[in-house]
Amino acid sequence: MAAEGHSGIDALSQFKLAPVFGQLGDTLHISQANVMMAVASALTLLLMWVGMSPRAMIPGRLQSAAEMAYETVMTLCVEQIGHEGKKFFPFVFTLFFFILFGNLMGVFPLFFTFTSHIAVTLGLSLFVFLLVTFVAIKEHGLHFFSYFVPKGVPVVLLPLMVVIEVISYLSRIISLSVRLFANMMAGHVMLEVFAGFVVMLGTAGGIFLLPAALSLSVNVVLIGFELLVASLQAYVFAILTCIYLHDAVHLH
Amino acid sequence: MSRLRRIGPMAAGLFAIPMIALADGLPQLDFANKLTTFQVVWGVVIFAILYVLASRTALPKVEAVLQERAKRIAGDLEGAKDAKARADAGIQAAADATAKARSEAQAAINAALDSSKQAAAAQSAVLNERLDKQLKEAEGQIAAARGAALAALPGVATDTAVALITRLTGAAPDPARLSGAINAAMAARGAGQ
Repeated sequence: MAAEGHSGIDALSQFKLAPVFGQLGDTLHISQANVMMAVASALTLLLMWVGMSPRAMIPGRLQSAAEMAYETVMTLCVEQIGHEGKKFFPFVFTLFFFILFGNLMGVFPLFFTFTSHIAVTLGLSLFVFLLVTFVAIKEHGLHFFSYFVPKGVPVVLLPLMVVIEVISYLSRIISLSVRLFANMMAGHVMLEVFAGFVVMLGTAGGIFLLPAALSLSVNVVLIGFELLVASLQAYVFAILTCIYLHDAVHLH
Repeated sequence: MSRLRRIGPMAAGLFAIPMIALADGLPQLDFANKLTTFQVVWGVVIFAILYVLASRTALPKVEAVLQERAKRIAGDLEGAKDAKARADAGIQAAADATAKARSEAQAAINAALDSSKQAAAAQSAVLNERLDKQLKEAEGQIAAARGAALAALPGVATDTAVALITRLTGAAPDPARLSGAINAAMAARGAGQ
């Protein structure tokens, strides 16, 4: 990942998209981001397919992992949304593992992180927003719009409150997508910057070897930190989706 | 929450910013590049395929295994409950049987005690009767022997007196006087007889 530019550290070129599969990818505009999405999906499916293939009464390691994956998301859905949550379980499961594997794979060198693209995270959050709104209107019809009218507010303040509620509802799209995008991008920029330090200070030699070693150890810590952030942000995305779905089903 | 944790590294990274080639701008915001938008288009396709495959094949498989396990556990618990009920019934039956056997044994002991007491009483009654009989017989024999001895006494006394008097006087005594004197003496001595 460390690429020493002519004038300093080039921390952003890692996010550049490039066409893959030669002429075909060029024509269909397929980038490495899509390859990683496919890999993340394949890993998710492989975990479940290979893990569950023994169908053992007493599960082995991989089957335990697959079952844990299933039960973690199922618990999340049922606890956050209620018993109706089972309906949304396949979607939340797909969402969580799509993002989780996307985030985690990005920590490995030479792997592209598709969740560091605002277009991708915005696409995901927009889909969640549309789904939540659709579910809410399907469940409650026009009564859904009472969601924007808070109870026990003086009539004078009501127009203001409704405007605030609508803005807060719409801002979910932005907060959900920017949170994931910013976290992933910031982490990878940090890794790139400190890796650049290691190369720059290391080539300078002499007394600079000490800060170079320090930068390297910072990167080691950052990798561990990135693993945490990768899992945490996938979980945050999934749990917020569940909370929004809860609001849609129950209107508060 | 994690955004707060990010502030530290972000601040540390700030001094690196001049060195970062910002001239090119963020590749993520380069919407002139068709790849930026098309990654979302293909992403939607991939996500949809993942959703369909996960919800149709992968997740039902897990559900089936989990349900089977839950059923098995419930069945095993049911079986254990049944076994425990049977064991409890067995224990109850054993306790009942023990109590019954104990009461039967007690009754048998009491009956045996009663019958042996009765037998002993009957035996001692028979024995007493026999002893009484023997006692009476013995008393009868004693009385008879005594009567015989008393009856023989005047004859013996007369003979003795005749022999004495004959030796002393040289003449035989008058039998009438002698027998009168003996009778008087016997009457005086054996007044009780």
